[in-house]
Amino acid sequence: MDSKHDILNTLRRDPVPDTGLPALDGPWLTFEQPLDQFREVLAAVGGQSLVAAHEGDLPHALAQLPSFRAAQRVWSLVPPVASVGRDWTTVTDPHELEVLDYCVAPGALGVAENAAVWIAHPTVPHRAALFLAQHLVLVVPGRSLVHTMHEAYARIPPGQTSFGLFISGPSKTADIEQALVIGAHGPRSLTVVLTGTDFPASRFSP
Amino acid sequence: MAHTTVEHAADAAAFIQNQERTRWHDQALWFVRAKRDKAARAVPEWEQLRALAGQIKRHTLAHLADYLLQFEEQALRHGAQVHWARNADEHNQIVLEILQRHLVRKVVKSKSMLTEECHLNPYLERHGIEVVDTDLGERIMQLRQEPPSHIVLPAIHIKKEEVGQTFHTHLGTQADATDPNYLAEAARGHLREKFMAAAAGITGVNFAVAETGGVVVCTNEGNADIGVALPPLHIASVGIEKLIPRWADLAIFTRLLARNATGQPVTAYTSHFHGPIPGGELHLVLVDNGRTTLRAHDVFRESLCCIRCGACLNTCPVYRRSGGHSYHATIPGPIGSVLNAAHDPRTYYSLPYACSLCGSCADVCPVKIPLDQQLLYLRGTIAGAKHLPLAKRLLMKLTSFVMQRTWLYTFAGRLARWWLPKLPRFLVYNRLNAWGKQREIPAFPKKSFRELYQNRQRHGQ
Repeated sequence: MDSKHDILNTLRRDPVPDTGLPALDGPWLTFEQPLDQFREVLAAVGGQSLVAAHEGDLPHALAQLPSFRAAQRVWSLVPPVASVGRDWTTVTDPHELEVLDYCVAPGALGVAENAAVWIAHPTVPHRAALFLAQHLVLVVPGRSLVHTMHEAYARIPPGQTSFGLFISGPSKTADIEQALVIGAHGPRSLTVVLTGTDFPASRFSP
Repeated sequence: MAHTTVEHAADAAAFIQNQERTRWHDQALWFVRAKRDKAARAVPEWEQLRALAGQIKRHTLAHLADYLLQFEEQALRHGAQVHWARNADEHNQIVLEILQRHLVRKVVKSKSMLTEECHLNPYLERHGIEVVDTDLGERIMQLRQEPPSHIVLPAIHIKKEEVGQTFHTHLGTQADATDPNYLAEAARGHLREKFMAAAAGITGVNFAVAETGGVVVCTNEGNADIGVALPPLHIASVGIEKLIPRWADLAIFTRLLARNATGQPVTAYTSHFHGPIPGGELHLVLVDNGRTTLRAHDVFRESLCCIRCGACLNTCPVYRRSGGHSYHATIPGPIGSVLNAAHDPRTYYSLPYACSLCGSCADVCPVKIPLDQQLLYLRGTIAGAKHLPLAKRLLMKLTSFVMQRTWLYTFAGRLARWWLPKLPRFLVYNRLNAWGKQREIPAFPKKSFRELYQNRQRHGQ
């Protein structure tokens, strides 16, 4: 018998009592000021945040970052911000992205409880750019903030993209004597730009 | 041939020879435990999350065959290829066959306790494939040719001076370098080269979602993501106990995992794979390797709920003071003692005794595995199966004989109280008295509790 059926038959042969699959209806944690919470947690996990009232303000907001001003190779996937160095859309082999100084990518939603930002595949043609760039900027609409991971997963259509991920802070390690080092393999810095944040707090209600 | 058994106490004794280092190890892990407590307390519904996580896992185990089939069906729909392995050998053969078919010579791997359990690295190396562990802690251990000593913090037992020496030898860093930033930067450069040269990436899996056929991998360094974003081939090894039923269940587990492991609100990267990278292949290897046997056992089934957060290691007073290597097992600490002793009680007979039954492990477990009760239960089965050394067996028989006879117990107590304080020191504190190591036996009272109680009853005071 093949391994699949052998494993399944063994599992079916040994019945196990079932206590039922629980409903996940909370109530879950909420924050009075989700935006403040998001920014506070992001700082705690080693990231930084900027705000831009309109998408058009993005280039100006990013120009505040000295390393961004100095960047020679920038792939921006967020239109008002210009790419620098070459036309990165012509890249076919993701290895070529290793030279990136900055990647500017759109985030679909942010989670207040842990500063995680959801990014899905079609918005980033080569996902390697998110990890190979020396610095990463995620542009997240302030209106997209949710309180917890429960709301986040409820808003993300399950399994529709081949790849999607939450990023919370820059790449980090504490494997040498528990000393926190930012920039383990991936980006050395993570900047989240929250756009259009001048909206009423009631928009945060679940 | 004599059977080699793991003697935890003997290896722990070697570990604590260096008292300063033992204290440092103990404190490093307690620091992580304290961060965990802080993170857990910041979530008002923490206990609710733990209860739900346990219920979801227990329910999944009850319907595991159905959920595995659902997972396979959905994963195939996304274009992944699904393989089934009864044991470590089958797993390793499947992985090797995929790599050979693609003429792969260099592989990068992110942390996976399952591939450690299957001893995949040495197997692939024997077949001429270079395997590079890309988690910094695991890479340090790989260069030192040592196994990890912790499931989340592989190099927790290593000092920065030792990392400096290892990197000086293998990566050409400055001699005597100890700055973690400098050392991690050197590793970053070294591993970038490995990432750029690899033709395939291997990862473990934290959660496999039956509803969507996707797998989720959690890291802080981003090493799993780089490893499978560059080459077209991604192989993920999945223990069959990693299944969860619904997409929404991920919220429960991602809220618990990092907070409970290291006190972080979530891992830096939580990546969801539904199908291969465009133009590439995703292979999911579903592995049993003893899990169906554990599942069939009414007591040990619970241990399959484990999400490998490592909190029970960090909190365990014995683990913190004896080091992961003293367990001689892929997974050390309380959960490792259960898994290994349940799987092979003869070899690992001593692990359930590496426990004070304080129950702290069960208190911090995110899926509420009653680890202390399982360890106590294992002691019973191990003693019953005569896996204990003769001396311990006889001593326990003697203790049992005495404790079943009130008169004998009373007499022995009286004798000890009168006789022991008068004995010369070397007769009390010697090799035979494990309880007298590193501590003084408390002063004997003149009267036993029973005598004091009887006096009180008799004289009304």
